[in-house]
Amino acid sequence: MGALLTPAFGTVFWATVAFLAVLFILRKVAWGPILKALNDREASIANSLREAERAREEMAELNSDNERLLQEARAKRDAMLKESKEIAEKLVSDAKAEARDAATKEIESARVAIETERKAAVAELKAEVAKLSVDIAERLLKDELADTDKQKNLVDKLISESTIS
Amino acid sequence: MNRQIVRLIIASVVFATPLAAISQNDGHGDGHQEVAHEDVHEDAHDEKFVPGDFIMHHIADANEIHFWGDVSIPLPMIIYAEGLGFDVFMSSDFHSEHGAHGGHGPSYATGPSTGVEYTKGESGVTAQNEHGEALNIWDISITKSVFGMLMILTLMIVMLRSAAKSYTRRPGQSPTGLANFLEPLILFVRDDIANPIIGKQKAAKFIPFLLTTFFFIVGCNLLGLIPFAGGFNITGTIGVTIVLATLVFVITSINGNKHYWGHLVSPPGVPALVKLIVVPIEIFGIFLKPIVLMIRLTANMSAGHIIILSFVSLIFIFNNSYGAVGGIGIGIFSTLFMIFMYFLELLVAFLQAYVFTLLAAIYFSEATQEPHH
Repeated sequence: MGALLTPAFGTVFWATVAFLAVLFILRKVAWGPILKALNDREASIANSLREAERAREEMAELNSDNERLLQEARAKRDAMLKESKEIAEKLVSDAKAEARDAATKEIESARVAIETERKAAVAELKAEVAKLSVDIAERLLKDELADTDKQKNLVDKLISESTIS
Repeated sequence: MNRQIVRLIIASVVFATPLAAISQNDGHGDGHQEVAHEDVHEDAHDEKFVPGDFIMHHIADANEIHFWGDVSIPLPMIIYAEGLGFDVFMSSDFHSEHGAHGGHGPSYATGPSTGVEYTKGESGVTAQNEHGEALNIWDISITKSVFGMLMILTLMIVMLRSAAKSYTRRPGQSPTGLANFLEPLILFVRDDIANPIIGKQKAAKFIPFLLTTFFFIVGCNLLGLIPFAGGFNITGTIGVTIVLATLVFVITSINGNKHYWGHLVSPPGVPALVKLIVVPIEIFGIFLKPIVLMIRLTANMSAGHIIILSFVSLIFIFNNSYGAVGGIGIGIFSTLFMIFMYFLELLVAFLQAYVFTLLAAIYFSEATQEPHH
């Protein structure tokens, strides 16, 4: 029993030498590379995950960008359509108004011309009538005033008719 | 479930029968009989089976690797006799006085280079010079435990080096083969012991020691569980565990910061009179911790071996007292218990390595802790 509890010098000697030697050897050839490899791998995995996350976010951003662009394009198209419709309508209404104006002006000028013609005609007619009346009157007077009696009668008649008051 | 129990019982009967038969033969004094499971050899024909000696013989360190019966591998003796020089010879050169090979009682050998007479007794090797005066000697023989330890350490270098190579060969890839098998253990020590206890920044310089200690203890524990392989009990040898514990103590003390020593020598906020009591206890504690570490590992591993060997001894005792029927009868139960104990020991092999590493990490963390109040 005593042998079990008393550390033997040889065992202690070899254990110290061998364990320390192996500790230093392993630190150089095993633990260093292994732990480094493990750390590197963990770092690269974490990195990959981070990158994947970022790529996913970028993708989502792109998608939303696309959606926005599409929306914008659609709105633009709608606006353009509306605008062109308005222009067309305006063109039509402008043309209509112009045509109406032109027609009105034409009619007006026509009326003015007609009026002028009519006035001229009326004036001419008046002149003609006047001449005719003068002719007739001349001829009548010529006939009436062929003898003096008749002249006298006429003068009397005229005097009586034009009552002097 | 029932079927498994039946199988276990059948297995234990199968194993128990030859055991009992062997012990029967042994009891009748066939000294050269080779023992199948655990060895018992008796020098004298009428010598009785003594379980205590049998068990101690197995768990104690020895100068040869003893397989069974007469089959053993001699190991080199390396002895430095003060003033005379080194003697290197094989342990098989030791002979009992009456010519039989070493067993119970002292045996003798002559140093080949110094001519010193060496006597191997219960408490190791002693030496006398030609005048019969005791000589001062330093025995650094490769004993069974030392041999096993060197074997495990060599195995560790080979395995871990090849694992390390596979990491450098395939950087950033998943581990394969040996590295794949070792990686969980390495990660366990790093991520479940060192990093959470010591803290990630400070753990880095302790991890190589913790890993080496963990793998060394696991390796030695498992080697001790291999039946017929010489009954290694490396971590049950106090000479080995005292070195591990001393290293833990040295590393703790070297890395102890101002906070650690300050609290030890003069705990703040403690009245002077109480300090008178507390400080000696604290100082005693820093020595006690590694001692407990050493005793826990040694005792646990030896106890496992003692229990298994006790069950083996039971078979021999009953066989000798009650004949073959008693031997076989108790053998069934003994074997069942031994199977159970083997699984338990397998657990303990890892558990003790874990506990040792964990406590070492805790001591390191105490030594390097920054003040937090």
